Amino acid sequence: MLTKRIIACLDVDGGRVVKGVQFKNLRDAGDPAELAKAHSESGADEIVLLDISAAHERRATLLETVRRAARQLFIPFTVGGGIRTLEDAAAVFSAGADKISINSAALADPAVITRIAERFGSQAVVVAIDAKRLLGTSHWEAYTHGGRTPAGREATAWAREAESRGAGEILLTSMDCDGTGAGFDCELTGCVADSVRIPVIASGGAGGAQHFVEVFSEGHADAALAASIFHYGFSRITDLKQQLGAQGIPVRWPC
Amino acid sequence: MIAIVDYGAGNLVSVKKALNWLGQDCAITSAPGEVTKAAKIVLPGVGHFASTAALARLGLQDAIVDAIGRGIPFLGICVGMQWMFERSQESPGTCGLGLLNGECERFPAGVKSPHVGWNQLEVDSSSRLLQGVPSSSFVYFTHSYRAPLAESTVACCEYGGRFSAAVERDYLFGVQFHPEKSGAIGLKILGNFCAL
Repeated sequence: MLTKRIIACLDVDGGRVVKGVQFKNLRDAGDPAELAKAHSESGADEIVLLDISAAHERRATLLETVRRAARQLFIPFTVGGGIRTLEDAAAVFSAGADKISINSAALADPAVITRIAERFGSQAVVVAIDAKRLLGTSHWEAYTHGGRTPAGREATAWAREAESRGAGEILLTSMDCDGTGAGFDCELTGCVADSVRIPVIASGGAGGAQHFVEVFSEGHADAALAASIFHYGFSRITDLKQQLGAQGIPVRWPC
Repeated sequence: MIAIVDYGAGNLVSVKKALNWLGQDCAITSAPGEVTKAAKIVLPGVGHFASTAALARLGLQDAIVDAIGRGIPFLGICVGMQWMFERSQESPGTCGLGLLNGECERFPAGVKSPHVGWNQLEVDSSSRLLQGVPSSSFVYFTHSYRAPLAESTVACCEYGGRFSAAVERDYLFGVQFHPEKSGAIGLKILGNFCAL
């Protein structure tokens, strides 16, 4: 049976993981390569590395980080943040990423999705959508530049367009829920997941196992991503997976 | 030396990385001469079935067919496995190698497509490629088309119906999933291939 994926996200700035982490037995808890490996060993189905600095002068640092992390990683590895062109994507792939995630660049020039998909395959192109609810409605607007700039696009319509242009997956972050630990936005996730045929990764708001159960069952998510919960809450993703399994959610366990 | 055949479709770094991790001498190549000299051949493939047309254009298809004829172990991954069949609905104008009978087809409308994520194998225990891989093992898939069940099927997977997840005949092997992305089980499978 196809399982629901649990994805661990590392937010990286200048080659260091910026959210605090509490793994035991790590020499350096801020090193993305060590953390990626630790997450993989503790049951993550996939690793996402988001470069939140994305400043141009730091690209070389990012590529070196990707190379180091990829060397010991034998599960799918997605890299996002600051990828604007086919050339940017190619550099990240040759450093060892399996997929790239694009957000602002895709909204500015949706054709970039097609260019990367034609060269590397749709399975390698994740379109990230940061969505914020339009007050009092069941509509969400897509934002760019780390949630600072409204893009003037309705999130569901944009997800559909991204799919038609060759995206292989949607990484959907609820800006309203992100960082709250109060649960994923199941309504948003369900709206998008039901309107595209490609997998949707829910992100933003994970605070406990029940939130994952909800976003998989009510939100129809194919995968769920979290960062801080894996750093602070569950010391091992296996614990989360056991709880999900006990509640009837198909997960890869034992790994 | 293991030749990882590059025909311009997608990203081959992951496959090379995994083989290097296993201590194997391998090289990414698009030169037919290198393929001819190789002790083993891996044909990765992501993307579109039509991209396999480049194999004939680059002279790689002849080199591969010749090597297979000499009993050189061959492993096709994802589209690389589908290419071993006769054809695919994804690109009706493109011929596969036709070493295995059947046509690759799209997933039925009732399930999400592509099939992305970790799914389970039902393993034929006589398989050499899957030796030591128990049934129900999880491996990572990402594909929109699938190969039919065939006489050579040694592992199948269920997603909108059963399909071939791995095939094997003599020294011809194929896997629909990505062993280079399937954790310890995937490395075990690649290790089995390397040890042939």
